[in-house]
Amino acid sequence: MDFQDTEELAAFRSEVKTWLAANATRRTDKRHIGMEGETPFREAKEWYRKKAEAGFACLTWPKEYGGAGLTPVHEVVWQQEVENYLTRDAQFVIGIGNCGPAIMHFASEEARRELLPRMASAEDVWCQLFSEPSAGSDVAGLRTRAERDGDNWKINGQKIWTSGAQYSDYGVILTRSDPTVSKYRGLTLFMIDMRQSGVQVRPIKQMDGGQHFNEVFFQDAIVPDAYRLGEIGGGWTGALTVLMSERLAISGIQPTGFPQFLDLVKSLELNGRPIADDPLVRDRLATWYSQYAGLQASYKRMITAVAKGGIAGAEASLGKLVGAVMNQEIANFCCQLLGPAGIIQDPALSPERAHFQDSVLFSPGVRLAGGTDEVMRNILAEQVLGLPQEPRADKGIAFEDIPTGPVD
Amino acid sequence: MNFEFSEEQLFIRDQARNFLGQECTPAKVRRILDSPEPFDRDLWQKIVELGWTAMTIPESYGGLGLGYLELCVIAEELGRALAPVPFSSSAYLATEAIKSWGTEAQKQHYLPKLAAGELIGTLALAEGLGAPAVESQCLEGNLTAQKFPVPDGDIADFAVVAARNANGATSLYLAELADAGVKRETLNSMDPTRSQARLDFDDVPVKPLGDQGAGDAELSELLDRAAVLLAFEQIGGCQAAMDMGIAYTKARYAFGRPIASFQAIKHKFADMYVALELARANAYYGACALASDAPDLPLAAATARVSATDAFFLISKENIQAHGGMGFTWEFDCHLYYRRAQLLSGVIGTQPQWKEHIVARLLQAA
Repeated sequence: MDFQDTEELAAFRSEVKTWLAANATRRTDKRHIGMEGETPFREAKEWYRKKAEAGFACLTWPKEYGGAGLTPVHEVVWQQEVENYLTRDAQFVIGIGNCGPAIMHFASEEARRELLPRMASAEDVWCQLFSEPSAGSDVAGLRTRAERDGDNWKINGQKIWTSGAQYSDYGVILTRSDPTVSKYRGLTLFMIDMRQSGVQVRPIKQMDGGQHFNEVFFQDAIVPDAYRLGEIGGGWTGALTVLMSERLAISGIQPTGFPQFLDLVKSLELNGRPIADDPLVRDRLATWYSQYAGLQASYKRMITAVAKGGIAGAEASLGKLVGAVMNQEIANFCCQLLGPAGIIQDPALSPERAHFQDSVLFSPGVRLAGGTDEVMRNILAEQVLGLPQEPRADKGIAFEDIPTGPVD
Repeated sequence: MNFEFSEEQLFIRDQARNFLGQECTPAKVRRILDSPEPFDRDLWQKIVELGWTAMTIPESYGGLGLGYLELCVIAEELGRALAPVPFSSSAYLATEAIKSWGTEAQKQHYLPKLAAGELIGTLALAEGLGAPAVESQCLEGNLTAQKFPVPDGDIADFAVVAARNANGATSLYLAELADAGVKRETLNSMDPTRSQARLDFDDVPVKPLGDQGAGDAELSELLDRAAVLLAFEQIGGCQAAMDMGIAYTKARYAFGRPIASFQAIKHKFADMYVALELARANAYYGACALASDAPDLPLAAATARVSATDAFFLISKENIQAHGGMGFTWEFDCHLYYRRAQLLSGVIGTQPQWKEHIVARLLQAA
């Protein structure tokens, strides 16, 4: 057990440090960078292209697919160093983190060599099309139809909560190819070209005012059979690969709000006294730090397991569950601390440029996206601890016969 | 970076688990709970024979010369088995103090005997209610002090005692507890499987240990190390209590199905798992810092301690809850973990004190 970089890793770290210092802007505050708007997206693409040209994109992917052929531990080193810089690649996390692994597992060699390098350099942007208005936590209850049409498939239906669909060139889409069999067996996974007339993207305005997610409508959208991922009817297996990759991809980057809280405690005076002297603040600081440090250390344990050839299991759900809840609690606590002015959401007036007010309004979404807190708890209880599943009313019957309620 | 125990360390852990699984069953723990015996002498003897008390003592003093990581895996198993022995007092506190600050003569006298289990030591620090604060004085080599609670104070042969020297600065001393001037009284505690005592020293001749006047720094170093080791005992207890609850709720049926299939139960266990994994990760980090004597040991140790204490309280209380009414009976073992969680959260200082350590370190780094 040790924290030291091996000689090789130390060399890699210094290479990364040098490159970042020359090519990226150092972070001056820890605020989240806005994702909306065309300008940041273009900048993000530009940044990612630069990073790919330097050989730092998709470190763990094989070289023939546009990666660097390195290990998950190299990825951790990269993350540790890049944290100190302003970098904009949040738009590509879903494609590279979720869609990439599915393509690597299930696509033909030809498709891999064609699509993955362009994904790795962010030349193509990808989104994940799973959730539907009537299929959220019960995502396998989805209804978007895929019907065979010669060498192609025709897609009809609607997806929702699709991050980055407005930027995306391609998507990985889970569809119902056979409603006459039970729900998990009638699903098929495809890659789909998002730049076709049968695909329409409409942004969803969130409760915090942002527009991160979209609704996506499919009307006779066409997918060639060569873009099928895995077997017909085998879509659920592929979807699980994507969902587990998602949890791994986000578990390392899940914002907790702790660094901002620590900054606030170190800098803010209220009523003529540093808030760092307030016993309540000190108690919360210690409690949240112990959770924050635990997340960092458990991420390192997970990476150690991955580096030894294991796979990241359902344990990856832990980071998402803890981080999302902590983020909301910290934000609320800080706003309370500020007194009546805590309700003012103005970057010019509110500490940390209104980070805490922004987080109060954004954090409910984090507890829902990528699997709700409740789904995460079910996964931990069932897949890690081995507790039995809840009896289900949709078991052993054809999808088309499953009861539905009046509300979609 | 490698964040796991080595094959050899895991082998030691498995051996310890097998041994304690046979020699330290809940029935044996209950024998101590239900009797006035302060500890399981038979188990202690076997632990000594296995060399656990000799583990981190250098070979030149009759020890095995192993590292802290080996001791961590043993600690986790002792915690899992709720072992009713004075191991933590003697191995993490007394042995460590003498190893770190003893004179050559003190080391030669104490360490071989500690390794061989011929002596049991402890640390006498607290002086009543509140965070441990040292007020008692040692003048001209004679100690007068009221110390309580002292873990295993009724069992130990000697104690490392914290007291103020003639200049009023905290210093460590070695006191033989068989001395006629020492009055010992076993105290009732929430966990009778681990003994607590009151020690009254009345003008007892003691020997200085370590730099006189440097006691505060020595104590915090000593307690930081013990905090990591005790965190492993705590996570061992957490794991055992959680496993107990999982086994019970899978086997217990209500409304025609295992109660573990209800989300109200599953989510409870998911939260227990999360608390345990965070505590475990922090303990591992603490172990790394301890083994490499890293500069961030004080922060790592306090973090390990705070999250392990939180986790053990959560898991031991929710294990009772998941057992329903049976969990509240003397007959079921749930309360053994709940009691041990309380005991371990108290010994070497409670949450407010350790949280302050975290805060001080975080703000210091400004």
